[in-house]
Amino acid sequence: MTKSANGASVIVIGAGVTGLSAAWWLARSGVDVLVLDKGVVGWEASSRNGGGASHYQSPLFDEEQRMWPLMDELLGYPTEYQRERVIIAVSERQLHHYHYIAGMCGDMGYQVDKIDAQQAREMVPLAGDNCLGGIHLRFGGHANPQRTVQAYAWATQDLGGRILQHCPALRIETSGGRATGVVTPQGTFSCDALVVAAGPQIAGLMAPLGVDVPLAAARAEMIVTEPAPLMRWGGVDGNGLYGRQTLRGNLAYGGGPHEWIDTDPAGPAARPSTPLARNLARRVAELLPGAAHLNVIRSWSGIIENTPDGRPIIDRLTQPENVTIATMSGVGFGLSPASGHAIRDLVIDGQVSFAEIDKLALSRFASLPADWRSQRGWDPLAEAA
Amino acid sequence: MADSNNKEFTGTDAHAVNGKLPGADAHYDLVVVGAGPAGLAAALEAAATGASVLLVDEHPVSAAQMGNDVPYWFGGRMTGAVQAKARMIEQVFMAEPLFEQAFEAGIDVQLGVYAWGLWRNRANLGALPEPMLGLADEERSWTVGFKAIVLATGARDLALAFDGWAQPGVMGAQGLHALLTRYDAFAGRRVVILGSGDLALDTARLALDKGLEVAALIEVLPAPQGDPAKVAAVQAAGVVIHCSTVIRGAPSGIDGVRAAVIGPVAGDGPLVTLDCDTICMAVDVVPAIELLDVAGGRIVTESARGGHVPQALAGAALPGVFIAGDCAGLGQSREQAAAQGRAVARQALGLEQAAADNAPDALDRLAYREAWLRALVSVTPDTVHVCQCEEVSRADLLGVQPPQYLPRPEKLGCRSLETLLADGPADQEQIKRLTRACMGACQARRCREQVGMLLAMGSNLPVEQAPRAGWRAPVRPLALKVLADWGEAEAMREGWDVWFGIPTQWTPYRDIGTEREAMHREALGGNMHL
Repeated sequence: MTKSANGASVIVIGAGVTGLSAAWWLARSGVDVLVLDKGVVGWEASSRNGGGASHYQSPLFDEEQRMWPLMDELLGYPTEYQRERVIIAVSERQLHHYHYIAGMCGDMGYQVDKIDAQQAREMVPLAGDNCLGGIHLRFGGHANPQRTVQAYAWATQDLGGRILQHCPALRIETSGGRATGVVTPQGTFSCDALVVAAGPQIAGLMAPLGVDVPLAAARAEMIVTEPAPLMRWGGVDGNGLYGRQTLRGNLAYGGGPHEWIDTDPAGPAARPSTPLARNLARRVAELLPGAAHLNVIRSWSGIIENTPDGRPIIDRLTQPENVTIATMSGVGFGLSPASGHAIRDLVIDGQVSFAEIDKLALSRFASLPADWRSQRGWDPLAEAA
Repeated sequence: MADSNNKEFTGTDAHAVNGKLPGADAHYDLVVVGAGPAGLAAALEAAATGASVLLVDEHPVSAAQMGNDVPYWFGGRMTGAVQAKARMIEQVFMAEPLFEQAFEAGIDVQLGVYAWGLWRNRANLGALPEPMLGLADEERSWTVGFKAIVLATGARDLALAFDGWAQPGVMGAQGLHALLTRYDAFAGRRVVILGSGDLALDTARLALDKGLEVAALIEVLPAPQGDPAKVAAVQAAGVVIHCSTVIRGAPSGIDGVRAAVIGPVAGDGPLVTLDCDTICMAVDVVPAIELLDVAGGRIVTESARGGHVPQALAGAALPGVFIAGDCAGLGQSREQAAAQGRAVARQALGLEQAAADNAPDALDRLAYREAWLRALVSVTPDTVHVCQCEEVSRADLLGVQPPQYLPRPEKLGCRSLETLLADGPADQEQIKRLTRACMGACQARRCREQVGMLLAMGSNLPVEQAPRAGWRAPVRPLALKVLADWGEAEAMREGWDVWFGIPTQWTPYRDIGTEREAMHREALGGNMHL
């Protein structure tokens, strides 16, 4: 494996959180890695999301839990990681729902405490009289997405990895059943192995290679308030919302209906937000009545890809056998310390050392009907740009 | 296998936005945002044709908005009168004779109403039943629909940092004009004005007419910049214009600014202290493009029209969206703006195809702003905050350092704008999220222009290439309880999900494909997410 300006041992397409974590893990193993991105690192949903890190459903979750408390130290840059989460209910239906989840997590060995209304108000000072109680996850946590993405990028560079921004991958070159290079406007970069972690753009990059990756993209929205007094647990949500209080104090929350959109090989043409901000504001005001007087100072939307079953695809292909594809199906930020590790293992060793992820293989969609999006009602509303 | 049981797919996604966003609460033929010369003329012209017209203007804004320097840089120099909004609405109404004419013409005039969002279907957005404008007062928010909308949103203040600029009493020319005229609620008496262009000269004239003392005008360039007749008039009134001079500091007391310390731009000449209670920055104003930006209008950089401006000139900027007045480009008189408003209204109603007259003056506004910024930077410690809300110093901005509440491990000391530039051109959105500059409660009104210019200067780029931070709705800070849709449609409530509502997404991995998966789905109604 040679290091040259025109190539790398491993090229990662996509400087989102999954691609950057993979690059970081590869660089930690001494691999010469080059990351290509159409824009700036973490520009899409990787840096604009709820920042949650409590995805107990994933086979990567134990590794995620092991890694997060170490990340600031290992990366060398602050991620704002904070432990644990509190979920509070403002309706009986929500409380019942959260209690069931508490039981489900308990069965898996993750500790969840049920808290009554008074405990909830003590733990969450901004909660109100409408709070009926909730659950306290003694695991998981949250971090700052933008800061974490940048930390992966900088840490990768510190280990000798390279990141090329504003350098979109146009086409993957193959020869003899292997990916041999990536064509970009800045020339062709050769590689011995390839990681395709380009979010919604994965499908378009892989289709010319005869690999069908079923993905549908959608737009989702969040709002942010001015800072509130810091709460002991910033990872507070519930009432149909996901989100957190940042270390600065801002309340950042999302949730609610999404809009399915067409994907463009060049990336999203726009990321418009809508009057949905009003519905989000209502739910935040209900969740945290003590914050209802705080100003909302911005909203934004992000473009997120989903697989047909909403579960990740992390797979080293059989053809071309030196290509690993990775999409986290809209739940990638929190799991990133572990997804990068899994990708590193697949690229270097051909199999994941720390977890069994067979059910995340692309082959589960082999007999997916062509109209799978329409079946699910996932067809885009907007006319193509 | 995801599709082993296709029965579960109905062809509809109950959690998609389809059909869930309601139409507007009220409808008009024409909505005009902004009741300055262009907006008033546009509304009157439209009403004269028999069209139904809504004219909204945010003035008087609440005392709380003023405290955040929204929409102008009020600098905390307003009297207690601004606390009584109902009384202020009367004051603002009486200050503009055309309002009465507008009422008589049947225009729905709404004062003290914020326009905070503008939406239309476009790339990646097809969910709106119609184009809509978001409005709010101090109690609630709502939406209005229209056949056409004219944005006559004017201009806001340009703010540049100097030592002491965060004190009460440091303000912008737009803020001072508003407090002296429409609000009649200015709390200062003796003003130092920064700048010597027409804006600064007009500000001095107004202040003198209102019985204030003008201690001096300060100009970093070697000569006064404005109309020679205005210069002569101000000087004839006994006001000194100090050229090749820059403000070095603003000593303050319990009520804010007490004086302005000035000195030569170059060299170590003597410093002079001018007693004053107000320092008014009148270097330039900036077109208020917030609503057009969030609606997807194309924004370009053009020095003569005011920096970041709509690509479109006065007239149609987007389908159904028209612009007129200062927000379409600076440099017009009130009469020119009014004529433009009338022409644009006729165009918006489909009565005329002709584009409105658009004649920007030939000022190189960006060069003038840059001259001021460079002069200020040369005498201002780099520890002074360029972003007041988030307390980001110039050193931390250019060092791309995190905010003070985070640790700064050793490796961060090796990172800076310079190292970031090795990855590609400076990106204000990226840098603002790393440093938090421009992320505060004033929605970056006080810092976005100077942060962009500082990043350009730090990148050795001309200021024309300064990166731009986009606007986001709500383009006015609005309390959660005000922004909230308390009368939410049933479809929205029924279809709400925390995330995508894909029932298989949250199944614990070990339970996938087992009986337990079905049990979880049954118990949780298809949604396993928290």
